Amino acid sequence: MKIHEYQAKQILKEYGVAVPEGIVCSTSAEAKAAFEKLGSPVSVVKAQIHAGGRGKGGGVKLVKSGAEAAEAATAIMSKNLITHQTGPEGQPVKTLLVEKGSNIADELYIGIAMDRAVSRPVMMASSEGGMDIEEVAAKTPEKILKEAIDPEVGLRSYQALRLAKGIGIPAPLHRKAIKFLQALAKAFLAKDCSLAEINPLVVTKEGDLFALDAKMNFDSNALFRHPEIVEMRDLGEEDPAEVEASDAGLSYINLDGNIGCLVNGAGLAMATMDIIKHAGGEPANFLDVGGGATSDQVAHAFRIILRDDKVKGILVNIFGGILRCTTLAEGICKAVKEVHLNVPLVVRLEGTQVDEGRKILEQSGLPITTATDMGDAAAKIVAAVS
Amino acid sequence: MSILIDKNTKVLVQGITGGTGKFHTEQMLAYGTKIVGGVTPGKGGQDCCGVPVFDTVAEAVEATGADASVIYVPPPFAGEAIIEANDAGIRICIAITEGIPVLDMAQVKKALKGSRMRLVGPNCPGVITPGECKIGIMPGYIHTPGTIGVLSRSGTLTYEAVWQLSELGYGQSTCVGIGGDPINGTNFIDVLEMFNADPGTEGVIMIGEIGGSAEEEAAEWIKANMKKPVAGFIAGQTAPPGKRMGHAGAIISGGSGKACDKIAALEKAGVPVAKSPADLGKTMKLALGH
Repeated sequence: MKIHEYQAKQILKEYGVAVPEGIVCSTSAEAKAAFEKLGSPVSVVKAQIHAGGRGKGGGVKLVKSGAEAAEAATAIMSKNLITHQTGPEGQPVKTLLVEKGSNIADELYIGIAMDRAVSRPVMMASSEGGMDIEEVAAKTPEKILKEAIDPEVGLRSYQALRLAKGIGIPAPLHRKAIKFLQALAKAFLAKDCSLAEINPLVVTKEGDLFALDAKMNFDSNALFRHPEIVEMRDLGEEDPAEVEASDAGLSYINLDGNIGCLVNGAGLAMATMDIIKHAGGEPANFLDVGGGATSDQVAHAFRIILRDDKVKGILVNIFGGILRCTTLAEGICKAVKEVHLNVPLVVRLEGTQVDEGRKILEQSGLPITTATDMGDAAAKIVAAVS
Repeated sequence: MSILIDKNTKVLVQGITGGTGKFHTEQMLAYGTKIVGGVTPGKGGQDCCGVPVFDTVAEAVEATGADASVIYVPPPFAGEAIIEANDAGIRICIAITEGIPVLDMAQVKKALKGSRMRLVGPNCPGVITPGECKIGIMPGYIHTPGTIGVLSRSGTLTYEAVWQLSELGYGQSTCVGIGGDPINGTNFIDVLEMFNADPGTEGVIMIGEIGGSAEEEAAEWIKANMKKPVAGFIAGQTAPPGKRMGHAGAIISGGSGKACDKIAALEKAGVPVAKSPADLGKTMKLALGH
């Protein structure tokens, strides 16, 4: 799960990570008042959307008066913000963060992510702040320093010092840097983050350290113990069909093609997308109904797929294990009766109670093409849509 | 011959009294698995599916001599259940539970450092030695005893592979689901080592997916050490970057974890990789030189 920059900064501040003074606004009048309250000669008005690349997209503006702040707020909120991560339509901006400007002496990078190789979170630090860290990792991996974090202890002070020295933080600021990095690690562990990134971490001319930008993502499997994080979820930033699916206990991701797929199991669902492509088609979605799906869930999945105008045909691929083929067949019949099915439907069933499941489909009188295996199913659906 | 489990394995079910635990205990018993007891805190002394229930794993081990455990405990408590199995001297623990917080798994891995217990999973279908012992949630009847080792990060895609192998007349020595989470107990290399040393395994099919670099590491290992034919498949060739494809670990992030890199690494190690998931069985046949 993702949250906005201003929310991440609220959390970080609670854990003792230094962030610039800022005020959250949702109108130009509020932005003007915020500028005046901050009382700094220079402030920054920042669009709050989840996607990155806001600066280049025109969503971050330096302002020197209350009037300029109001003007910047109006400009940012008047149209969708388009960045390399939002897609061509962009994202509407409903919230702004007005922040005190800093006298930047140096920009650095700090991030924490789970490292599968060591089975621990790892803090990464680089002197190349403000840059795309993936680019730094690809071109100059030696410029990224790493320290593994003990999940029960946190980042030890010697580890923080090694990173601080390694990325060139001046000696008089080492104590502040240690406190900063340890606080960040503490927040990561306490809130079950999957990613915490400060890019850039700035060193000011006055000798302070601040998180100028902040990004926090959370492990969705751990949200049951963080109701305060769930409250920060902004549904306006997510695909409505994906939200509906996750509420129904389904795993759905919208893609660009025209063949909808409904599959049980994540691996088989990915493989089904692959075989559609292999047969010359394009998948319209990833959809895993899960191992223990009910016929209601299957019907719900069907409705979500059919609502997508791009879908010109549907491929159902089920290998019944826990999910019985009869349950699936009943779900399909239920959905097709409710929603007017005006696209070809190819079904491949195998596994537990396969004969009974096929019988239900045959006796339903619905226009369903059955397939004997995955290859056959893919060929049939691709032929049907082209 | 087989790896990890056989007809003599004595199994405890952690979380036996829950809906999922109970259903699959019945299925495992029907397959012939030696289930010797179950564990649910607070329900010690009861009976479930005809086997005794204990409050703790230690008590269950003392009373039954169990050497294996399978975990159907809900995600918030599953990490601790694994650590409890380790403390009680269990030899192999198979964690089926999906949705364990990744930081809980980081703590489990820390607790298991230097331990003799092997953890398989979590978020996996389990392990089966056909005709002898089934521990997990896979449909038993699709498997046939034989000499192909099956190794996978996925559930239903593993069933697909087993089904294709059985259709072509290739039985399986042991099928191991290592799970779809980013942090797991057993990786590809651990299982490849065991299959390599098992006289009952003639060839191995390895099914990977996007995310992480376990397949690339396995490819290096195969190149240097594997004495038996290996066939492969990687799911997620069409998956977009930055999106979690169902499994917590199936995500392409920061340009790494892509299917094409994994396929290239395996092919470089001499492993034929199925282009289509309809060709899993055929690719194994090709690797065996039949």
